Amino acid sequence: MMWIALALIVWAAAFALNVFLVRNKAPGVGYLVPVIFGLTLLFVWEGFVRGFGISPVLLPPPSAIGAALVSKTHILWEDLVQTFFKGALSGYIIGCGSAFVIALLIDRSPFLQRGLLPVGNFIAALPIVGLAPIMVMWFGFDWQSKAAVVVAMVFFPMLVNTVQGLQATEAMQRDLMRTYAASYWQTLVNLRLPAAMPFIFNGLKIATTLALIGAIVAEFFGSPIKGMGFRISTEVGKLALDMVWAEITVAALLGSAFYGTVALFEKRMTFWHPSQRH
Amino acid sequence: MRNILPILTVVAVIVALWYALAVVLNAPWAYSKAERAEQTLSFSEMVSDTMAQKKPRLPAPHQVAVEIWETTAEKKITSKRSLIYHGWITLQATLLGFAFGIALGIGLAVAIVYFRVVDMSVMPWIIASQTVPILAIAPMIVVVLAALQVDDIVAKGVISMYLSFFPVVVGMVKGLRSPDGMLMDQMKTYSASASQTFWKLRLPNSVPYLFTSLKVGAAASLVGAVVAELSLSQNGGLGARLLAGSYYGQTIQIWSALLSAATLAALMVMSLGALEKATLKRMGMAA
Repeated sequence: MMWIALALIVWAAAFALNVFLVRNKAPGVGYLVPVIFGLTLLFVWEGFVRGFGISPVLLPPPSAIGAALVSKTHILWEDLVQTFFKGALSGYIIGCGSAFVIALLIDRSPFLQRGLLPVGNFIAALPIVGLAPIMVMWFGFDWQSKAAVVVAMVFFPMLVNTVQGLQATEAMQRDLMRTYAASYWQTLVNLRLPAAMPFIFNGLKIATTLALIGAIVAEFFGSPIKGMGFRISTEVGKLALDMVWAEITVAALLGSAFYGTVALFEKRMTFWHPSQRH
Repeated sequence: MRNILPILTVVAVIVALWYALAVVLNAPWAYSKAERAEQTLSFSEMVSDTMAQKKPRLPAPHQVAVEIWETTAEKKITSKRSLIYHGWITLQATLLGFAFGIALGIGLAVAIVYFRVVDMSVMPWIIASQTVPILAIAPMIVVVLAALQVDDIVAKGVISMYLSFFPVVVGMVKGLRSPDGMLMDQMKTYSASASQTFWKLRLPNSVPYLFTSLKVGAAASLVGAVVAELSLSQNGGLGARLLAGSYYGQTIQIWSALLSAATLAALMVMSLGALEKATLKRMGMAA
């Protein structure tokens, strides 16, 4: 009972604090408010799990997850290397790279563009992750099959975005390039690729989460005895949910970091775009 | 309509590539079979064998088409081998989760637009929530919910909801904020109350945005339901067909389940598109 009451009090206090901060436009409020909200959430979770005596088999408290994070760092690191650096990242680079190159090729034919955009949009909405068992059959249990799933998942979103981005220049700008007697490549490098950057980065950002999901889900269908997906499915079987949640935390941090890195590059390279100039 | 020809070309190219890949991938097995039977295969014999293997590495498109035909039209829909039966199970979970997702999404969007605290404290977490690879942890959520005696369909729906609420929130926040200062001032000069402004200005203005997000969300919630079924396979569904197919090496079954999931997604997006067109026309907002 104590814990529940405490959790509720903290919740109310934090909410009041946030309201106060927002009203008074305190400095750094943009970071402070969400952080306070997140910490409150964790505390309420801890309080409720303890107060209601929820079994750790169902929902472990954050403190237990934290303990697992600290005590099993080496396992988590090994899984991370296997899943992220070997599976997701290599697939991400191959998939996005080939989609980019193919988009450049398609761009030269308006006929293909018109056909490919609707088809690509359609395929991008499909449950491609369902290819995972097939890829595992084709490429074996190790990271190659995970990379293949990731390639299949990121390819079409990236392709569609790049093709759209390459169309983003205005007729006036293209005419200007023509009056300069610019060659195809000069126009591409100096005008159309920069103009396509916001779209390309949009594709790259969407692909970050897809890559991580693809690599983890593919491990459910067979993997060597390491990897985040492998660990999640086996630890669920052992009812060691604190470890599962620790993997989830790592995956969430990893996903955010991956996304954040791409977003940072975007900020650097498309500083001129209206959406980046607040 | 002028896009029909290019689209058909692209689809034809994809099918042709698929056939070519099927020949390449299935050829080793065709040769090794022939070797054991002490025959030599001519090229055309090899090609025809790759099109008709029982467990090919990559089934040819027509094999998948035949399988889909046999498991939809020629089976009773109550049969456990009918794709329509499994598709219906998946669709139920998808629609339930999608409905949850829409409700949650719109509710959150309204709160975000009207309360600055909610906007500042929740919005960053909503965005962060999508970097969590939820599909990867779906099995655990499903197991936990099953332990809490929640119905299977609700457990699947929760995953669908998680995937589909995000596009709805983002689209609705944008939509509810889309009326510009001029329109808001106009409402003020009418001395409209907050609820009148909401029902008569903000909500109608957000409808086009809502439909765009719904189309994204529908596909996402189907993916969620299919993946959830990978861990809740005892009751069937397209995800269960996928899993069973991968256990027994029934590649044709895997591909037919995949293609029917794709068809389901396409049908949902198309019917939403039709609904969008009709609604916007009646609201006088048709493009």
